[in-house]
Amino acid sequence: MTRKRRRLYFVLLGLLGLGAGAALVLTAFQDNIVFFYSPKDIAEKPVCEQRCRIGGLVAGGSLVKEGQNISFDLTDAAATVSVKYVGILPDLFREGQGVVAEGRMNNGAFIASNVLAKHDENYMPPEVAKALKDSGHWKEGEAPPAGMNNN
Amino acid sequence: MIIELGHFALALALAVALIQSSVPLIGAARGNVAWMNVARQSAVLQFVLVGFAFATLIHAYVTSDFSVVGVYENSHSAKPLIYKISGVWGNHEGSLVLWVTILSIFGALVAVLGRNLPPALRARALAVQGMISVGFIAFILFTSNPFLRLFPTPAEGNGLNPILQDPGLAVHPPMLYFGYVGFSMAFSFAVAALIEGRVDATWARWVRPWTLAAWTSLTLGIGLGSWWAYYTLGWGGWWMWDPVENASFIPWLTGTALLHSAIVVEKREALKSWTILLAILTFSMSLLGTFLVRSGVLTSVHAFASDPTRGVFILILLAVAIGGSLTLYAIRAPQMEGGGVFAPISREGGLLINNLLLTTACATVLLGTLYPLITETLAGGRISVGSPYFNGVFIPLMIPLILLMGIGPLLAWKRGDLAGALSRLKLAAGLSVAAIVVTMVIAGFSVTDIGGAFGIGMAVWLAASSLIEWSERVKFGRTGSWARIANLPRAAHGMTIAHLGMAILIAGVSGASAWKTETIQIQAPGETVQLAGYALTFKGVTEVPGSNFTAERATIEVKRGDKLVATLHPERRAFVQPPEQTTFSSIHTTYASDLLTTLGEKQGDDGSYVTRFYHEPLVPFLWYGILLMGFGGLVSLTDRRHRVGAPRRTAPQAMPVPVAAE
Repeated sequence: MTRKRRRLYFVLLGLLGLGAGAALVLTAFQDNIVFFYSPKDIAEKPVCEQRCRIGGLVAGGSLVKEGQNISFDLTDAAATVSVKYVGILPDLFREGQGVVAEGRMNNGAFIASNVLAKHDENYMPPEVAKALKDSGHWKEGEAPPAGMNNN
Repeated sequence: MIIELGHFALALALAVALIQSSVPLIGAARGNVAWMNVARQSAVLQFVLVGFAFATLIHAYVTSDFSVVGVYENSHSAKPLIYKISGVWGNHEGSLVLWVTILSIFGALVAVLGRNLPPALRARALAVQGMISVGFIAFILFTSNPFLRLFPTPAEGNGLNPILQDPGLAVHPPMLYFGYVGFSMAFSFAVAALIEGRVDATWARWVRPWTLAAWTSLTLGIGLGSWWAYYTLGWGGWWMWDPVENASFIPWLTGTALLHSAIVVEKREALKSWTILLAILTFSMSLLGTFLVRSGVLTSVHAFASDPTRGVFILILLAVAIGGSLTLYAIRAPQMEGGGVFAPISREGGLLINNLLLTTACATVLLGTLYPLITETLAGGRISVGSPYFNGVFIPLMIPLILLMGIGPLLAWKRGDLAGALSRLKLAAGLSVAAIVVTMVIAGFSVTDIGGAFGIGMAVWLAASSLIEWSERVKFGRTGSWARIANLPRAAHGMTIAHLGMAILIAGVSGASAWKTETIQIQAPGETVQLAGYALTFKGVTEVPGSNFTAERATIEVKRGDKLVATLHPERRAFVQPPEQTTFSSIHTTYASDLLTTLGEKQGDDGSYVTRFYHEPLVPFLWYGILLMGFGGLVSLTDRRHRVGAPRRTAPQAMPVPVAAE
């Protein structure tokens, strides 16, 4: 086999791999990308009718539990979204704590299929920190806003 | 005082690294032996200096010297000794010192073991190592100084994040770093070869053992991290496609490709410039991995260090290392004419497809990991790319790879016989189909079981074809097969073992993904739930003091029918300093499947708690598979042809049992 042919195989193989990879990536992206919103985003425009994540602080005094039917308000100090969830909340879920919920909007409420809280008591999910910073209610290095560490 | 000496030693090491990265290069260009030898002396000296600096840091942590900022922030006097030591690299600054320490160990090893290397190649490779040292030591000294003092001295430290206080995680970072930094050897030799403009079989023989050692360590390190996540994080997940996990997996993928393409360079003198490129990419991915985790740019479960202010320095470092080496590659690679012409159907053709699939997989994982960063920077929107994306992309790429892993080793070099290879694999194919059918029967013919059954089939295919290849090679069962087994190069045994490990790993992944079952509930003492044929009775919680925590310890009786099979004690640990809680799962294993239990929060005054139970079939196979892969790497490393600087064997089959080589 000549060097040229070999090179041709090389290139064809490479293109095949690249093409297959690109096709896989595109289909996977189409189905599986989850957008992240803050309560402010949700309040401003109709987003998240399919599936998304929202992050914020659990508003003080908003947590209602009836067995496994749970509702609470998620806030970034600029806006508040009420969240409904059926199941058992993760450990370290507290009022005033930063959490991320995954689900979709339905009639003005967020129906969560999954609620994530983090392991560290003082840890704030970066998305939540960003949402709070964007809404101008918290700056890096400052003490977190009042009501955050009420546990 | 001691810590200042450490700081001073590191500053001296920077000076030595500057010499190491310049003088030997000039010496090699001018053929000046004395200047080239500076590389070896300075590499050893640098090891002594950096090692001393690292030792002073360990000393400060062990003696709980809270006048050092890092110790105050990350340690506590009541912590067990092992976590005082692991606290050294449980933070950004200390982990970088560990990184350069390992780098200096590798440099010293080349200096000491590399007597048989061509002096110019050795001098240039060590000079490149010196440049990496310069970058990292400067980064430490100017932006991330672990030797800073604190005044007035606090009486007590802040303690280490409790979820990091775990034996598995104490050794996980050093193993990962050993892997990352190990790939720097391949990188340095690649850049040295580019400067020389020459790559040959000797070069590949030099690069392979370092790559193999790095790969083995990285494999075991990733496995250890996965194991830790599985039993500590409390939801029985062993791989989440978390950015931090991906950061170590990406170099693993390119490193695995490099491991295989270096074989082609050694045996056939082909794929040279591709191998050079892979060496550069693998180390670039290691650098990226180090910084992705440490810079805190990614949203992640366990990105515990975050300081974006260092970002600029990191970007410059990455740009110089990756950009510089790729530019050099672009200039020099066209001059390196590859030797061997080969047919697509041959061992080297198979290895090429292996490389293609692995690098494509690597690119997709990299894209998925960085995509949220890219969109946030460019479009401003925030998104997360989760497991469905990675599974959707990664698994289809792995299927042809695994099929090929069975066939490739049976193909001859230069010109392989595909039909012949396939006919020798009839048994493997039959066993694989049988495994799928049997799995479906056991699982009950549900559509949801197809994926899992297919995975088991792939595992059986790979295991069977690896064993067929091995037993054909030693003519197993015929007279003299034991002698042939002893005479077979250890690298060949290593390959079979590592591929078998991969097969077992695939079985574990398939089983754990397809048939995991779980139940989460609130249980009052005395209540029982059923899971996967087990009855789990919650007996209540007692409080137990620990070394630097108090634990709520649950008692859970596990019965199968009327027989008590285990009593499990999952815990929630409340640490004093920092005031955090961790879950500590309790596992009943049958060595083929696990029953994992964790304890949640208290739910009211009647002593009821949230409990989570997971039945994890075949998860132990993950650990067996990874251990076997690591063992395969070690066996291969003992091959005398991989012995650093070993002379080339002349008669491949006439080698005696390598007693003399021990």
